[in-house]
Amino acid sequence: MSDIIVTEHLAYTYPGMDNMPGVAVFKDLNLSIEEGTFVAVLGMNGCGKSTLAKHFNSILLPSGGRVLVCGIDTANEDRLMVVRRNVGMVFQNPDNQIVANVVEEDVAFGPENLGIASPEIRNRVDKALKQVGMYEYREHAPHLLSGGQKQRIAIAGVIAMEPKCIVLDEPTAMLDPRGRREVMETVRRLNREKGITVVLITHHMDEAAQADRVVVMHKGSVAADGAPEDVFSQVELLHRIGLAAPDSVELCWQLKQEGFDLPLDKLTPKECAQVLCEFLKA
Amino acid sequence: MLKDITLGQYFPGTSPIHRLDPRTKLILLIVYIVALFLAQGWVGYGVLLAFLLFTIKISTIPPRSILRGMKPIVMILVFTGVLNLFFTREGKTLLNIADVIIVTEGGLTRAVMMMARILMLITGTFLLTYTTSPISLTDGLEALLNPLKKIGVPVHELSMMMCIALRFIPTLIEETDKIMSAQKARGADFENGSLMDRARALIPILVPLFIGAFRRADELATAMECRCYQGGEGRSKMKILRYHLGDMKAFGMGFGLLILVGALAALGL
Repeated sequence: MSDIIVTEHLAYTYPGMDNMPGVAVFKDLNLSIEEGTFVAVLGMNGCGKSTLAKHFNSILLPSGGRVLVCGIDTANEDRLMVVRRNVGMVFQNPDNQIVANVVEEDVAFGPENLGIASPEIRNRVDKALKQVGMYEYREHAPHLLSGGQKQRIAIAGVIAMEPKCIVLDEPTAMLDPRGRREVMETVRRLNREKGITVVLITHHMDEAAQADRVVVMHKGSVAADGAPEDVFSQVELLHRIGLAAPDSVELCWQLKQEGFDLPLDKLTPKECAQVLCEFLKA
Repeated sequence: MLKDITLGQYFPGTSPIHRLDPRTKLILLIVYIVALFLAQGWVGYGVLLAFLLFTIKISTIPPRSILRGMKPIVMILVFTGVLNLFFTREGKTLLNIADVIIVTEGGLTRAVMMMARILMLITGTFLLTYTTSPISLTDGLEALLNPLKKIGVPVHELSMMMCIALRFIPTLIEETDKIMSAQKARGADFENGSLMDRARALIPILVPLFIGAFRRADELATAMECRCYQGGEGRSKMKILRYHLGDMKAFGMGFGLLILVGALAALGL
């Protein structure tokens, strides 16, 4: 599998205002994301997660180093639309990314911008809405839908452009538990069934635990990177940079501190319960 | 309380009126308004009223919602009626109270006609917004105004702006409600005091509302850019507007009505 997104020695400094020096977010960040994987990016507020996401489709351009998307340098203005078509973005607030006041018209917005012929747009819109399970709502007004439904519309709007990769910047931060579950299920299904690469920026450890790979960022660099089991078992490291492991790992870790010999790679409550049961029986 | 603003409210449906091309409806509304201003006598008004009632009937819009929409214009209606009734001095005097209040036959006729004209004008426009979704309305406007692109009018940008404005009206109303509740919770008083006091009380609502709107605009712009928006150039449409048989019939009826009313007016009926 090839890498769909590669950052090479990425440096970025937010421009300063009124002669103040700018804020350097990244100095030398190297990261590559393999095609078809589901990558979760974790980190405290201000660690550069969102800034990084904005580099993935040329919303921000590096001040040093470069970002390659499908082998194209994001700084190349001639290929800008190719980059944006291949990397779709979903943001935190669903209200601020829905353009039209009918669901299907909003989903059609991206393909319309690409200048696709109208029967093909119709096709893609219907397909995208079915993929996120919102086809029945195609003629509804977005402001009457729940947060989770709106966010699924936003995802449909992105996949109607048939991108290779979707970057989601805290898509569940404003949703209730049910909305979160709906969005996560949709994202996972797209990754599994359509092979779309997913980069999920999140604050929720249980969401990150569902990914193939977890990247933990701290002060603009990568603090940990690997399979969820490997990353989350480094509980001390996570605590040091202000994060926590999923609750089940935290529980096992606490017990381990008290002298019980428990593994730290059980990420779901179910697995955790099993381990505890076995431990108690033994 | 702010939720029940019926600004350009749309009733989804599949009636023949709903299915008309938005361009047809826009053009016919103009034709209807022209006919309304051409009409001179009772017969002309009668024909127009019959046409209007027929349109309402086949649009399947509940007449009650049309009446409800009339509420805001009652004042204008009463004002026009009263002015025309008391200040037109034509024909036989019907009522004379101490030479101050004089009602003449001409005044009565004119008052009724003016009120009927305003009522029918508003009902006709309502019928357009009731049966046409805002998005197809903006599509229709864009298509109709398209020739103006040649003289440098940014037609696509205007229709995009209109579309976004319509999209964000409910969102911003909701936000206003939230801000008002937040300020009330902290002791703000919007109901009492002089006009100046109440106007001043609006400042703590407007400031956060505007800041919020700008932030939204910024985020929306980023989201639109992410979805490859680059203006009207090279953009296609999912729904292409096409005239159908129904539109032809509607055009026939509309222009027939105009000619009929015009002819009646020429005869002074």
